[in-house]
Amino acid sequence: MIAIVDYGVGNLFSLKSSFLSVGADAVVTDDAEILKRADHIVLPGVGAFGDAVKKLRESGLYQVVIDEARGGKPLLGICLGMQMLLEKSYEYGEHEGLGLIQGSIRPIGDVIPSNYKVPHIGWNALHFPKQKHPLFKNVKDGDYVYFVHSYHGTDCSENLAATTEYGGTLTAAVAQGSIMGCQFHPEKSGDVGLKILKAFCEL
Amino acid sequence: MITKRIIPCLDVKDGRVVKGVNFLGLADVSSPVSLAKYYSECGADELVFYDITASAEGRGLFTDILREVASTIFIPLTVGGGINTLEDFDRVLKCGADKVSVNSGAIRNPSLIGEAAKRYGDQCVVLSADVKRVDGVFRVFSKGGRENTGMEAIEWIKRGVDAGAGEVVVNSIDTDGVKNGFDLEMLEAVCNAVNVPVIASGGAGGIDHFTQLFRAIPTIDAGLAASIFHFGEVAIPDLKEELHKQGIPVRR
Repeated sequence: MIAIVDYGVGNLFSLKSSFLSVGADAVVTDDAEILKRADHIVLPGVGAFGDAVKKLRESGLYQVVIDEARGGKPLLGICLGMQMLLEKSYEYGEHEGLGLIQGSIRPIGDVIPSNYKVPHIGWNALHFPKQKHPLFKNVKDGDYVYFVHSYHGTDCSENLAATTEYGGTLTAAVAQGSIMGCQFHPEKSGDVGLKILKAFCEL
Repeated sequence: MITKRIIPCLDVKDGRVVKGVNFLGLADVSSPVSLAKYYSECGADELVFYDITASAEGRGLFTDILREVASTIFIPLTVGGGINTLEDFDRVLKCGADKVSVNSGAIRNPSLIGEAAKRYGDQCVVLSADVKRVDGVFRVFSKGGRENTGMEAIEWIKRGVDAGAGEVVVNSIDTDGVKNGFDLEMLEAVCNAVNVPVIASGGAGGIDHFTQLFRAIPTIDAGLAASIFHFGEVAIPDLKEELHKQGIPVRR
């Protein structure tokens, strides 16, 4: 069973539907016991980093997610959920993340030309390092996915799992073993996105 | 490289797609779900659903349909039509919409844009403007293009973006339905004024008009059209193939 963490940010209808469409048994939950029983955990997120971490703490699920992930349960962060996996973010101040993956969240404006539009919205191509993480086993270099973001992961070193080009190189995904995060929205990325979600379910 | 988006727009009334649709092999040509699926398989980058229903009953049908579309296809969905309050945002977002487009509702109550952006994020709020030249000045029209608000269009759009609209759809009333090409002059004026994605609407009659649009205005992000896609005058795979040949980045 795939447990999608519901901590009061954003609408999880499409995310749940996309997992159901690849044949997974997915539930949206704010129940710690269900997260503990689940085979996989998905951490979604929209909005501002500081608010989201605060809400996750208030939900009482913050430590549960960390403990389950450290215990080896596959965890997938999506969009802001991916950003929260890192150590800290510099969005409106400085905020601590879950610290499950090395790196910090900084404005994409730091690495792209000033005439590029922010947020980075639309379909862009994925590029992978030589050693491709199993999450991407069914997708090719150059496949397109849907992005909407103004910040991205930096200093992720060997945990950088995919990049995309937007006047500069942006972090598209991070992964460290069974802990993974996509900056883009696999649940809005057509067949390519569904292949990624399916690969996650098979981990 | 970020790609240029191609967006079909579907008008829905009482749960059915209006304006005849002319596709071979589609059993139910007025079913929003089968059409959405068809477009998604053809390579549409996003879909816009415009609810033109007037009744409360029709609204309920629309959200049922939306929920069904959002559980069947997995590309971004924008919903517009009858969005006047935060409750309207809530209603369609809960059913799987990713972005909500405001038009007359924002003209009546401009603070709607800022309030929605604050609650749901800028990326969720699309400002849609129907614009027409009146004595040489771009003016914003409301109520489906019937009423001149007297507002200067570029100023209005800038105001909307400053308030938090994350994208802008510019529909030129002057070129809409004429099929003689997008309104390049108007679109360029908008692109020069704002730094969020701008979606061109109104005037596409063939593939050439899209190549012309993306060549003439490199900062435009997407082209939106309805009838030329619905009637099969332009097939999205052919359109994307041609754009690609012309060196314009598209998702294929």
